[in-house]
Amino acid sequence: MATTEEAPTRRRYPWPIEFYRSAVGKKWVMALTGIALLGFVVAHMIGNLKVYFGPEDFNHYGEALRDLGGDLVPRTSLLWALRIGLLGAALLHVHAAYSLTYTNWKARGGRYRQRDYVAVTYASRSMRFTGTVVLFFIVFHLADLTWGTAPVAPDEFFRGDVYANLVASFERLPVAILYIVANLALGVHIYHGTWSLFQSLGYSHPRFNRWRKGLAAGLTAAIVLVNLSFPIAVQVGILEI
Amino acid sequence: MDVTLRVWRQDGPNRPGAFEEYFAPGISSHASFLEMLDIVNDRLTLDNREPIAFEHDCREGICGACGMMINGQAHGPQQGTATCQLHMRKFRDGAVIIIEPWRAAGFPVLKDLVVDRSAFDRIVEAGGYITVDTGSAPDANLVPIAQEAAEASMDAAVCIGCGACVAACPNSAAQLFTAAKLAHLNLLPQGQAERYIRAEAMVDTMESFFGSCTNHAECEEACPKNISIDFIALLNRDYIKAKWRNGRLAAQR
Amino acid sequence: MQLDAKIPEGALSEKWDSHRFSTPLVAPSNRRKFEVIVIGTGLAGAAAAATMGELGYRVRTFTYHDSNRRAHSIAAQGGINASKNYRNDGDSDYRLFYDTIKGGDYRSREANVYRLAQVSGEIIDQATAQGVPFGREYGGLLANRSFGGAQVSRTFYARGQTGQQLLLGAYQALARQIKAGTVNAYTRCEMLDIVVADGRAVGVVVRDMLTGEISSHSAHAVVLATGGYSNAYFLSTNAKACNGTAIWRAHRKGGLFANPCFTQIHPTCIPAADEFQSKLTLMSESLRNDGRIWVPAEVDEARPAADVPEDQRDYFLERRYPAFGNLVPRDVASRAAKKEVDSGKGAGPMKNGVYLDFAEAIGRLGRDTVEARYGNLFEMYQRITDEDPYQVPMRIYPAPHYTMGGLWVDYNLMTTVPGLYSIGEANFSDHGANRLGASALMQALADGYFILPNTIAAYLSESLGVDPMSTAEPAFKQVETDVIKRMDRLLDANGSRTVDWFHRELGKIVWEHCGMARSAEGLTKAISEIPALKEEFFADVKIMGEGDSLNQTLEKAGRVADYFELAELMCRDALHREESCGGHFRVEHVTDDGEAKRNDDEFTFVSAWSFEGDGAEPSLTKEILEFENVELTTRSYK
Repeated sequence: MATTEEAPTRRRYPWPIEFYRSAVGKKWVMALTGIALLGFVVAHMIGNLKVYFGPEDFNHYGEALRDLGGDLVPRTSLLWALRIGLLGAALLHVHAAYSLTYTNWKARGGRYRQRDYVAVTYASRSMRFTGTVVLFFIVFHLADLTWGTAPVAPDEFFRGDVYANLVASFERLPVAILYIVANLALGVHIYHGTWSLFQSLGYSHPRFNRWRKGLAAGLTAAIVLVNLSFPIAVQVGILEI
Repeated sequence: MDVTLRVWRQDGPNRPGAFEEYFAPGISSHASFLEMLDIVNDRLTLDNREPIAFEHDCREGICGACGMMINGQAHGPQQGTATCQLHMRKFRDGAVIIIEPWRAAGFPVLKDLVVDRSAFDRIVEAGGYITVDTGSAPDANLVPIAQEAAEASMDAAVCIGCGACVAACPNSAAQLFTAAKLAHLNLLPQGQAERYIRAEAMVDTMESFFGSCTNHAECEEACPKNISIDFIALLNRDYIKAKWRNGRLAAQR
Repeated sequence: MQLDAKIPEGALSEKWDSHRFSTPLVAPSNRRKFEVIVIGTGLAGAAAAATMGELGYRVRTFTYHDSNRRAHSIAAQGGINASKNYRNDGDSDYRLFYDTIKGGDYRSREANVYRLAQVSGEIIDQATAQGVPFGREYGGLLANRSFGGAQVSRTFYARGQTGQQLLLGAYQALARQIKAGTVNAYTRCEMLDIVVADGRAVGVVVRDMLTGEISSHSAHAVVLATGGYSNAYFLSTNAKACNGTAIWRAHRKGGLFANPCFTQIHPTCIPAADEFQSKLTLMSESLRNDGRIWVPAEVDEARPAADVPEDQRDYFLERRYPAFGNLVPRDVASRAAKKEVDSGKGAGPMKNGVYLDFAEAIGRLGRDTVEARYGNLFEMYQRITDEDPYQVPMRIYPAPHYTMGGLWVDYNLMTTVPGLYSIGEANFSDHGANRLGASALMQALADGYFILPNTIAAYLSESLGVDPMSTAEPAFKQVETDVIKRMDRLLDANGSRTVDWFHRELGKIVWEHCGMARSAEGLTKAISEIPALKEEFFADVKIMGEGDSLNQTLEKAGRVADYFELAELMCRDALHREESCGGHFRVEHVTDDGEAKRNDDEFTFVSAWSFEGDGAEPSLTKEILEFENVELTTRSYK
């Protein structure tokens, strides 16, 4: 016999904290930070396309990033603001993911002996895995081409010569493969993330719902194809020093 | 037809459980899945073994009492169908059928295939209603409601509270159940006054029992009433607004 | 025994108002001093508990379900009647009252039925305000359909799930009171007996279905809202757990049982497919609006339906009742189908149904229109039978569906035991000998929302300042002992047959002799067979498991045990009522052309039976029905 019990009540916090304490709020934060990170991925990809214009243009592009804001702000300040913003978004994204994973793990009541999924996709099931892969890849990528940290970075790393660094790095076959694998993981992650963020933000309308998956697939395809082209182009010799 | 069942047996709450195998020969393909279990139970009883406990009542797919994991799918292989409306003709002769209870921390097993779904009642008690004392209602035709709005509300209101959404969700989330009740009331003019208080209270209560939605959409497939996950987006939107609004209202006090 | 229905004086349309004015009230500040127990949380129970909670009474509800939302009210498909006259087609309280009295074959109480019609509109207002998503016109106002052969469109509906939506409305209102703390809800808790002390109902004894614990609860008043007893037939459209235990226990403790033989057989159900059939599924009566009902003209027709030429089909309803055709009332349609099947013309592999054919409708309206109107019903039919009703005609057959009989109650809905109330299908209700479509939801909600919460105050006000009896009193302990003894008897039998076997056998007897057509000979036979089967049951039933944990077989056995006695009373009542009226059809009492023949001179009364002890014959008290406002006529649908 179950009689009615009071649901647990708890202290109220200021609304941003209160909001973030809830799983729905965390998903909302994940969606927003996801958009920010996705925006970075897209911008990064478009910028990188300059590599096909040759060393001069590409290095100039790298330099231009530091000059963002022109003479209005101190040099590199806007770039740093962006970097900090991105770092913050990434941290929130990861923290929310970690915390939701823990919640969901607790909410589970044991495994089924047999489970026959109907709707879940590889992408939706592997978000935690692909996310982790992407996280480690980002650290690797930063060490490789931003910080020039040995032994990750190519031996001939030269700060400022973005083009040469890139080619030197991708000429190493294991690194090229790693970039390819990581970008495939990124694609899988982005596919579910892009579709899913509409749900998490609460944007659902019969008019555009059927476009959500198409948009996710198109965006994913574009990002993966362009990003994979760089290591492949280096490996087959289209890009060289 | 002959089938072999592997059924989860558990004596009581917090007791260890295990699968037991039963051979069920001579089942009519016209029998419903639960009628097949009735037959197996009668045979078990006559064989001096305790019958399998499972919940059921109306046997016409509306009360929401029945529900079990059948071969890894909530309510079995037929889409949009509750266990009681599933028929044996959906299985081939000689099939092995694995039957498990709903599994979620919010749905503790009570015995065999019977689980405790009272968390759903707690969610509704938190705000799944419109406050109107008997007798205080105005004339029913005072407020016109666009037919589309009434129909959309009804699309959500058809939820039978069976728990398949939670059982099917890899995260054991109750989003579809909660979203359906919220959408039912929040899409109607009558529900507006309490809309955001309701959204906040119901979602917070839901989260004290269940996991979180990561948009797998498995619940939609498992739902015997085909309720759409679009309502989950509505839940998210209303909750976000609720936190903002309720916070502002609180600040003014 | 003398029955006082406590019908207020005055003109029909003023009785309810004047009664409410003259009834003693309980002041708002005093209401929290009163405890009320409500058994059952279907439409009537949940509505009553929620409303009494809102008023400020302290309420406890009990249900054997895991949640208050699962009662079988949820399965009602068609709709709910109300005399709103939104369609401007001449409806009024008086017309709804008249239709209900006439439809019930003049075996219900005028004052009650008129009150039902009076509050019917308020139910729609209340439900709409609660958020019940009734069907609407494009202008945003409520839609109506005509239902069950009514000549006005007064039925409100929420797709084919009106019962579900209304029950959820009541369930949610109840949930609000549970949260507010005025109602304490006990789920998975079955009432097994009622406690009567000093001639008053003082509480109940319940069993916690998870732990088996037997406990007592006391209150100032007890309300039974436990539904009907169609499961006496075993195969019925009722949910598997629906049972008559609460009302039967109340009957044994002094509550008179009224019109037990008035049962309704619904014409459009899916016929049984095999001997293991566990229940029958109803399909909305609205199918008869467009479907044509027929059987092959020849006995032993072996061809599939489509191959039977038009001139070898017998559209028996259209032939026999040209004015109403396929839309004759439920009892008439059911008996006509039974007659055809009994003559060997039945359809289907077991020859146990009649065809309901949409070929003509699909030709006339197009498949799309038919799909829009009946799509979900067709889908349900296909799911169950594996036949496509767009291609081959449906097969239907009548099935027990609703029981008009129940505990006798006065105008205040109080039984003959002071302090014990009965509402919804559990009482003998306002439907007389036959219930009209879409009227069950109306009556359950009228009782729950609007009538009981008003009338109960009169009784409660008498005991202001008196606490409920302590459950430690011997009156409670004695009943607890009895309940445990009854359960032990079942557990200890350790025989050789299952509970379902006995229930099925009982069902066969009751269906055969007290079903759609009844005869003195058959009823006499049933009255001797049922007690014998009951003896056998207690000697030979086999129940595995113990009483101290969840034991669904034990629960079922307790319910079946009470059905034996109830079924016997049904047969006794049917034998005594030497007339054919409404759902009660005695083959001895027919007109020259085989239609039901009522006997108003001798049987214009409510049969109220009292329990005289185990093995003793029950005794009959008559409540003579006075008709001051309508003239008794013969129903004719020719």
